[in-house]
Amino acid sequence: MTGFDFSFAGTTLTALGAGALWWPNMRMLVVSDLHLGKSERHARRGGGPLPPYETADTLQRLSQLIAQSDPACVICLGDTFDDLAAAQALSTQERALLHDLIGARRWIWIEGNHDPAPTDFGGEHHSALNIGPLTFRHIADPETQGEVSGHYHPKARVRSTSRPAFLVDPARVILPAFGTYTGGLRSTDPALTTLMSPNALAILTGPRPLPVPMPR
Amino acid sequence: MLPDSIQTWFTAKGWSIHPHQHAMLERRSDPATLLIAPTGGGKTMAGFLPTLADLATTPHDGLHTLYVSPLKALAADIKRNLRTPVDEIGLPIRIEDRTGDTSQSRKRRQRADPPHILLTTPESLALLTSYPDAHRTFKGLQRIIVDEIHALAESKRGDQLMLALSRLQDLCPDMLRVGLSATVDDPNAIARTLACYPNPCEIVLADPGPAPDIAMLKVDQPPPWAGGGAAYAIPAVLEQIKQHKTTLIFHNTRAQAEIFFHNLWLANDDSLPIAIHHGSLDRDQRERVEGAMVCGELRAVVCTGSLDLGIDWGDVDLVIQIGAPKNVKRLVQRIGRANHRYNAPSKARLVPANRFEVVECRAALEAVQAGDLDGETPRTGPLDVLCQHILITACAGPFAADALFAQVTTVGDYATLSRTQFDACLDFCATGGYALKAYDQWQRLVQRPDGLWQLRDPRAATRIRMNLGTIQDADLLKVRLKRSRGGKPLGQVEEAFAASLTPGDTFLIGGRIVRYEGLREMTVEVSRNANKKPKVAVFSGTKFATSTQLSQRILQMFKQDHWPELPPHTADWLHLQRAVSELPRAGHLLFESFPHDGRAYSCIYGFAGRNAQQTLGLLLTKRMEELGLDPLGFVSTDYATLIWGLEPVIDPEPLFDPSGLREGLEGWLAGNLVMKRSFRAVATVAGLIERNQPGARKNGRQATFSSDILYDTLRKYDPDHLLLKVTRDEAMRGLVDFGRIEELLTQIQGRITHRQLDRITPLAAPLLLEIGKVPVKGAGEEKLLQQETEDLMRKSGLSDLPS
Repeated sequence: MTGFDFSFAGTTLTALGAGALWWPNMRMLVVSDLHLGKSERHARRGGGPLPPYETADTLQRLSQLIAQSDPACVICLGDTFDDLAAAQALSTQERALLHDLIGARRWIWIEGNHDPAPTDFGGEHHSALNIGPLTFRHIADPETQGEVSGHYHPKARVRSTSRPAFLVDPARVILPAFGTYTGGLRSTDPALTTLMSPNALAILTGPRPLPVPMPR
Repeated sequence: MLPDSIQTWFTAKGWSIHPHQHAMLERRSDPATLLIAPTGGGKTMAGFLPTLADLATTPHDGLHTLYVSPLKALAADIKRNLRTPVDEIGLPIRIEDRTGDTSQSRKRRQRADPPHILLTTPESLALLTSYPDAHRTFKGLQRIIVDEIHALAESKRGDQLMLALSRLQDLCPDMLRVGLSATVDDPNAIARTLACYPNPCEIVLADPGPAPDIAMLKVDQPPPWAGGGAAYAIPAVLEQIKQHKTTLIFHNTRAQAEIFFHNLWLANDDSLPIAIHHGSLDRDQRERVEGAMVCGELRAVVCTGSLDLGIDWGDVDLVIQIGAPKNVKRLVQRIGRANHRYNAPSKARLVPANRFEVVECRAALEAVQAGDLDGETPRTGPLDVLCQHILITACAGPFAADALFAQVTTVGDYATLSRTQFDACLDFCATGGYALKAYDQWQRLVQRPDGLWQLRDPRAATRIRMNLGTIQDADLLKVRLKRSRGGKPLGQVEEAFAASLTPGDTFLIGGRIVRYEGLREMTVEVSRNANKKPKVAVFSGTKFATSTQLSQRILQMFKQDHWPELPPHTADWLHLQRAVSELPRAGHLLFESFPHDGRAYSCIYGFAGRNAQQTLGLLLTKRMEELGLDPLGFVSTDYATLIWGLEPVIDPEPLFDPSGLREGLEGWLAGNLVMKRSFRAVATVAGLIERNQPGARKNGRQATFSSDILYDTLRKYDPDHLLLKVTRDEAMRGLVDFGRIEELLTQIQGRITHRQLDRITPLAAPLLLEIGKVPVKGAGEEKLLQQETEDLMRKSGLSDLPS
């Protein structure tokens, strides 16, 4: 697991190149915006039949990360499922894989805007959650300090390469989307430039995470 | 033959009917007729005369003749040109056009109450056939006229049109087909496309008119060794403009047209009225140029392929082609733009942009004189267009697979389609055609108990219609002057180009240097206060590869002992190459190795065209990397690839092992950008990706992103998927052009002449000056990225903050 360590709210966090956040002190793995079942939802709504492999692909990548880090706790920061019907529609194998991942460890679902209600996969459900100095929620709240959120699918461009990215400033961390079928919002978008402080960093995901001053 | 009213009108005008117009009247009840006539030969009138004669004598209810042209502008133009004679003759004929610009209410009315003559485009026609009431709209249709069919043949737009025709033929079994075409090399190929397979199609050849007056433009200065700007010829071109009434100056790319136009104005001391016209300019601006042209207010127009098609541009008496024409057919059509009057010879001058193009232009001139146009290999109808056709058919109502298959195979290019291929397309439309069967209950098409196929959700028809068509715009952004409330639109640039700009950068658009100010929503904002040398906009204009036939002619010329037909500066250059090394020969591959500037160079003269030479460069450097030769980069032109690295090539033979190259290709294709771009086009045409969605238009950037992910996902989990196969086939023929590499390998049969020399050769030297060098990146890209990010962190002072 290649990672970039940074200090945040009095603790140390690691931005992993794979697009997840690792909190070493708590052995905690945080992922956001898995959007499982996106192709199913797309087809259900009359769109083109997208290749139905994104759920398996996303879960496999998550499973690799869990195998490597053996976390005591996993937090999914919302929009885990593309919608609740998509959650119901997961195949038997996909369900089994997700159950295996959850296993005996503490597993926390934060509600997203796509999947507001609890799902039947066990674990704890919260609209937002405080653990130590950190607050976990789906959509950033400009008033909160020490907040870890997702929702925006941020990405950043350096040279001519654009990649999903973490955004970090003294008050908040915004995670990139972890799901395979997810687009991204450029860090230059006003929604992000107004939210993040002037000295914010963008950490590009990839073979090794690359920190840059957040492109505005 | 003609009704009296029409004959009287002709007589009153003092006109007589051309022989080919007469021939078209004689064949008025043939199932399919193709007319080949030079520009200005009264081609359109020849197509419409049988319709006018018919309607003058027999009253007709509803649609009689459908006219399809590749350009909206042409449909509007024809409406005006047809209205005048119809009114003057006093025929009770309703003529209307229907294009993307026609209002919704008018379109609805046209479906219920169609005019006698409807003028439209392939896309609008396909849309018309997608409505459940299509059988009523087209009831009584007698004739369909496809204008400028040569521009549609061999393109996906043409395939879509012919598929729509197969459906119309089923609705109107009596419908007759007429094709109108400019001069082409193989009329039979177009006739095959036009006819309802296996029916024959009669070809009418109009008198081609006098031979064109075509030559190389005499310029005192020799052209430069490399590049495509042709700035050296500006004074000579200006002189020609002064001596002629109106001159069209054709360029192969929009970027080159912009630079040339800019330079032309810098030297235009007499302020001659000269304008620019290309597809990236704002529509208003293009229309202003077209208007001024028709009124005879312009002395010259610098243009690209956007002026290739047959709109009447007034009194052009000279065509200048800047840069080698790359294929002979295009040259002939461009020459035809001059002297748009029947029976006057067209006058054209060629301006080679660099030394090698002198040879290429000479070869093209000889080909034109020999009437030897480059043939293209016969093609089979693309499956992505068929997928879209199946979806369009489903929009109109339930259909039987057997009947649709029978209908589709009446289209010339789909005549050899197998039932297996058809079923694969149907399966793709219905379920996505994935190895993993998922979301079965949400299939797009479902089979009813009676065996007919239909849309699962009838509302899907709206989405399918919104995404109809096969034209792939690059993702373009509008360019506007920055004002408080949206300044003047100037044109468009590619999204990727806009992304490479930082405020303060300058570029050329519409012949003006503008300064990039910023991106606002989906618009590039610029100002006029530019004082820097311009970066040139990378427009989407295609880079054409020199045709096989033209390349072969060049190799033939190289066999001569002397070249009296070439200017001395070019002939001397070839003699020097022969003395120092040798000239490339057909059937042999010349491979030169020499040191230069501390690097080991290799020059490979494949004459396979730019795209194939580019692919060859990628594959050879990959092999060299494996062999430890440390290649650093390469550059390709239409005739050669130049590679540089740390270690010299001692034995080129292992590099050209065909199975090794093919293997390399497989690996390389996986992550290749060209493939991803081809996939996006294929997936969009086939209906997997929707560019337009109810509500908002998806912006280009997001589409790019998701189609790349879909490509990667399919390659990983479903490598045999239909769309991957279609993508691969397409890239192999087009941008990757591996077909021509295979052709080359077959021709040389291992005959490689390796010349090891002590210095750079005359023929290789110009390649050093070429732009478009490709660096070879291994782990290099990650390293560069890391350096850059560290640099940014240091400069911003952020890396000093305690972490």
